[in-house]
Amino acid sequence: MAGKSGRTIIAEEKFSLKKLLVRWETFLVIIFILVNIMNSNISDKYLSVPGLFNATNSFLSIAFLTLPMCFVLLIGEIDISVGAQVALSAVLLGISFNAGVPMWLAVIIALAVGVLCGFLNGIIAIKFTELNPMIITLGTQILFRGIAEMILKDQSTGGFTSVKWFSNLYWGKIGGVVPVMFVIFVICAVIFGVVMHKSTFGRRMYAVGSNKLAAKYSGINVPGMRLTIYTLTGLFCGVCAVFASSQMGSARPNVGAGYELDAIGMCVLGGVLTDGGKGNFIGAMISVFLLGLLKYGLGLVNVSSNIMLVVKGALLIFAVMIPHLNLGRFFKKKAVKTA
Amino acid sequence: MAEEFILELKGITKIFPGVKALDDVHFQLKKGEIHALMGENGAGKSTFIKVITGVHRPDGGEIFINGTKVELKGPKDGQSHGIAAIYQHVTAYPHLSVTENIFMGHEKVKRGFIDWKEMHQDAQALLAQLNADFKSTDEMGSLSVAQQQMVEIAKALSSNAKIIIMDEPTASLTKNESENLYRITEKLRDEGASIIFISHRFEDMYRLASRVTVFRDSKYIGTYDVDKISNHDLITAMVGREITDMFPKPEIKFGEEVLRVENLCREGYFKNVSFNVRAGEILGLTGLVGARRTEVIQTIYGVEKPNSGKIFLEGKEVRIRKPQDAIKHGIGLLTEDRSNLGLIQSWGIGRNITLTEIEEYGNKFFTNDKAERAAAKELAESVDTKAVSLFDKVSTLSGGNQQKIAVAKILASDLKVLIMDEPTKGIDVGAKAEIYDIMGQLAQRGYAIIMISSEMPEILGLSDRIVVMCEGKVTGELSREEATQELILEFAMAKSLKEAEKERGA
Repeated sequence: MAGKSGRTIIAEEKFSLKKLLVRWETFLVIIFILVNIMNSNISDKYLSVPGLFNATNSFLSIAFLTLPMCFVLLIGEIDISVGAQVALSAVLLGISFNAGVPMWLAVIIALAVGVLCGFLNGIIAIKFTELNPMIITLGTQILFRGIAEMILKDQSTGGFTSVKWFSNLYWGKIGGVVPVMFVIFVICAVIFGVVMHKSTFGRRMYAVGSNKLAAKYSGINVPGMRLTIYTLTGLFCGVCAVFASSQMGSARPNVGAGYELDAIGMCVLGGVLTDGGKGNFIGAMISVFLLGLLKYGLGLVNVSSNIMLVVKGALLIFAVMIPHLNLGRFFKKKAVKTA
Repeated sequence: MAEEFILELKGITKIFPGVKALDDVHFQLKKGEIHALMGENGAGKSTFIKVITGVHRPDGGEIFINGTKVELKGPKDGQSHGIAAIYQHVTAYPHLSVTENIFMGHEKVKRGFIDWKEMHQDAQALLAQLNADFKSTDEMGSLSVAQQQMVEIAKALSSNAKIIIMDEPTASLTKNESENLYRITEKLRDEGASIIFISHRFEDMYRLASRVTVFRDSKYIGTYDVDKISNHDLITAMVGREITDMFPKPEIKFGEEVLRVENLCREGYFKNVSFNVRAGEILGLTGLVGARRTEVIQTIYGVEKPNSGKIFLEGKEVRIRKPQDAIKHGIGLLTEDRSNLGLIQSWGIGRNITLTEIEEYGNKFFTNDKAERAAAKELAESVDTKAVSLFDKVSTLSGGNQQKIAVAKILASDLKVLIMDEPTKGIDVGAKAEIYDIMGQLAQRGYAIIMISSEMPEILGLSDRIVVMCEGKVTGELSREEATQELILEFAMAKSLKEAEKERGA
């Protein structure tokens, strides 16, 4: 069957420099450069290979949470229980280790705990579709943190530094230069980026985030996708818990407090909006480094943690407001390309 | 003479962008009468009610209440003239009490505070008047549909309504509940209210109304005394339009049976629905509002689960639990609600077209943009869309062009059966003809097509066979040769007719 009019349709995307320049990511890169200029003015040692790796290591364990969080936000949902999942995973890692379980098994236990927590979120979300994911994960957040506190009270569980390889997950450097964690993060980020933009799963995530019902009618397994993404989030909470435990050498029930804000804030500032169906992975990654390095820089000049909290909150509000400001709308329209 | 009619409408015209919803319509409501209003789907009844209640302002014509010309600027004006409407789907606040629902918008206030005591008393009195079996303090959401309707009627009474409009109130009621509603309606009339009763059911009309007005295609056809008109004449009035053959379907030799549905049941929706469709055939599925056609095809497509019944594809029984099963078995659905269910508005047309079958162009894990674009380009060109590029957003296209994209999208899958639910709804005439043309070509290519439509000319013009449903049951099947507008409407009202005849005989 051919069209009667014989009209042809353009199938190639035109390259436009203007379009590239008004992309949201371009704006993020500019801010990113400004943050780096600020940091190098604060510290002479900042702009060097060890200095930069030192800086990135300060936030990369949280950055692991932004990877699945991009997916969660992309399908139009939210998971605010990630910080508590990190806490529960870390606490159970410590408890297991101190109960005589070998460290490799304790690490697997931590990952499994994360997977279970995420799976629970996912099951509730798909069995009770009328519930808002915000409410579900608010509830499980309290539940997970509560269990962690019940197990440990206000104690901590430590002694992880006695296992050298575990300590090296965070502190180790390949060839004495590149941190192990950095390498693992880059590998994970590449995989997530490819899945988001080059895979059928990624395209379907955009569809689900843009219109869940149309996605269902197009034969997409929406519940399966939601369950997968929540579970994946849990797994990466476990990963984050492992690196955080490696860094501190111990675990407390309050570990990971506020991580959900950092993770969501990084994604949202990166253009992965909470409305679903929008955003791109590169933007989110630039934003991870931008916010992480900004925080590091503020730490260098001894800005107190309270003020840091204020800055964080203000930035998050700014980030969620951007698409709704007139200027932001201009950027969003041009930058966030889903079609 | 002025006092004879409590409500009179002369030459009412209402135009929506692109359509004339009401065209020079007349209506006279006598004091203390129950007046039935009948017509097919889309005849203009709903718009007409909204003009009377003040929701829509007419673009032409005059409204008289008690012989005085009035202008209704909004629903408040309608209320202040004593006009109240009770809709088929109750528009209530389910979490509030009956009292609150009754007095919503005109609460009784004493010294700045709501006078609950008086409101409850008044509400209880109104309910007693209606012989209600529930209390004014009950939560609205806990009541049955019939009870909720009673609350709506009480609400109309509490605002001293003199003209009460009931829009298909019996559509979702059981026989006993309908009987109770008849009694209440008659009681209201005996107490001096004038009632406009809209219904598809003949028995409602015979039981209640003294006169009946018929609309067809947004036009006034006539007003008749219920005692003097026969069923046949009434049906002719409702459908007696000239059909010019504007959609000839090409003559096609049918192939084998492709889809067969046997005794499909879904509790509360439809019962024992059976039909089949062959390759190259267009099966028309029609009925009035509430016939449950859409529910049947949604069940075949796997969106809803049937309670019992079988679906056969090319002679083999298949189980369809979700849309992806249906697509895998070769059944595609063009939804009635293309803007919410069919397409993703914020996406370009290319990605919409290939969404269902992305794995076909790449592999299980990776997409292949190049192959997708080539396929999307070909499909979009085959339906003659007006879009310029594959990256044009769906939301920028007209209804007709969106529908063409939706068609291109289902054609991307390897299908045998196409289900098209109201394929030309909300589309202008030119695009309609193009969609019909596409449907004809698809039949020629050997697809088995099921077309749901409420539009008589469309059903008669395109269908090789017509299955008519009424209130969840298949009431008739007609071949292209034997089908007439009158026969179809008779089947569509079949249940209703039988009961009406019984009533008349008794």
